[in-house]
Amino acid sequence: MNWFWYASPQTFYPLAGRMAPWFGFAAALLAAAGLYVGFFVAPTDAQQGEVYRVIFIHVPAAWLSMFIYLVMAGWAALGLAFNTRLSGMMASALAPTGALFTFIALWTGSLWGRPTWGTYWVWDARLTSELVLLFLYLGFIALQAAIDDPRRADRAGALLAIVGVVNVPIIYFSVKWWNTLHQGASVSLKSAPTMAATMFAGMILMAFAFWMYAIAVTLVRVRCIIREREG
Amino acid sequence: MLDAALCVVRRDLLLAWRRKSDVATALLFFVIVASLFPLGIGAEPNLLRGIAPGVIWVAALLSSMLSLARLFAADHADGTLEQMLLGASPLGVIAAAKTIAHWIISGLPLVLIAPLIAVQYDLPAALYPVLALSLLLGTPVLSLIGAIGAALTLGLRGGGILLSLLVLPLYVPVLILGAGSVEMASAGMGGEGQLLLLAALLVAACAFAPWAIAAALRISME
Repeated sequence: MNWFWYASPQTFYPLAGRMAPWFGFAAALLAAAGLYVGFFVAPTDAQQGEVYRVIFIHVPAAWLSMFIYLVMAGWAALGLAFNTRLSGMMASALAPTGALFTFIALWTGSLWGRPTWGTYWVWDARLTSELVLLFLYLGFIALQAAIDDPRRADRAGALLAIVGVVNVPIIYFSVKWWNTLHQGASVSLKSAPTMAATMFAGMILMAFAFWMYAIAVTLVRVRCIIREREG
Repeated sequence: MLDAALCVVRRDLLLAWRRKSDVATALLFFVIVASLFPLGIGAEPNLLRGIAPGVIWVAALLSSMLSLARLFAADHADGTLEQMLLGASPLGVIAAAKTIAHWIISGLPLVLIAPLIAVQYDLPAALYPVLALSLLLGTPVLSLIGAIGAALTLGLRGGGILLSLLVLPLYVPVLILGAGSVEMASAGMGGEGQLLLLAALLVAACAFAPWAIAAALRISME
């Protein structure tokens, strides 16, 4: 199969139109399953009580917020390397969803922090770097919005996204080193999850639901961008 | 190649020398911002000593950012930048030279005047070298990262405010390490760790930023 066939906006437009509903459907299904598991099946946490259930939104949103930035920078690099129009459109279509997930992660995190840590906001490493990530997303969106020529906007945004992606680990480690209160990661690839299996299942279901939602929304948004630019 | 770089540095310094007020405004901004904090939060010496490293660093950040908008604007307006793009010497070298000149104009004066602010904030004299050294290592990084943003926002409407939105989040590590080194030193633990990390940031920025600035200039000028 020739993947470059779909690198052109004209051929990608109908494909995106066909795929978007399926991803949207998968997102709805997974979200329903994930919320059911999260609210009715998963046991109450021994230490935190019911309030821990915010992780079913918070953790997937935080994962996606970082993942989408990587994907966005990947599309940006592709666009700079191959000079394809679609790559830049994908990058600008991903940015609002990424910013949304970053905001949701911060918001739900502060709602969880109030009863658990006793405060809405602490200057902790992960919170601060997530906040900086939000600023990076907003900077990307603002830069693209300020440039009238769409090709220049794509390329300028691409460079900014790549500079940002190089900086994200530096920011994370500098802030981590500066101050840390956040609990360590409960889920890692190296060790078994330190939570009940049903909690973990609910979280994974929700993560996939968010992922599918992000894909569906991005496809719809990229269709709008194609329409706008290619007329 | 080196000749071109030296020529650009000398030219930018000469231009700055002919218009001294531009340099003075950025420096004055630094001093005024730093002097506003005690007025806002009270002049309690212990409090001032505690916040001094952070305040001085944030003021340095803002002051260095203010002068960024001028970095390429004049050359862009009169077409010099276009000639530099067309010229034989690599654009990365020219971008690096312009950034060096920007640092000499806007960063170096901050390093020299910072001890004066430190006196206002009643910092112990033993901390002046650490403060100056942290600024000496950190302000070039600010110029290098900022130049990428300045090149990207060249000729855009609302360029100045947009520039701050792009550049300030990327300044976070420099701010943390720079202010952190002075705080560690004042706590008696020695700021060497942060200073070394700052130096590492400087080396990395020197290696990669000119390249990114050149790419950004090409994007903005096409």
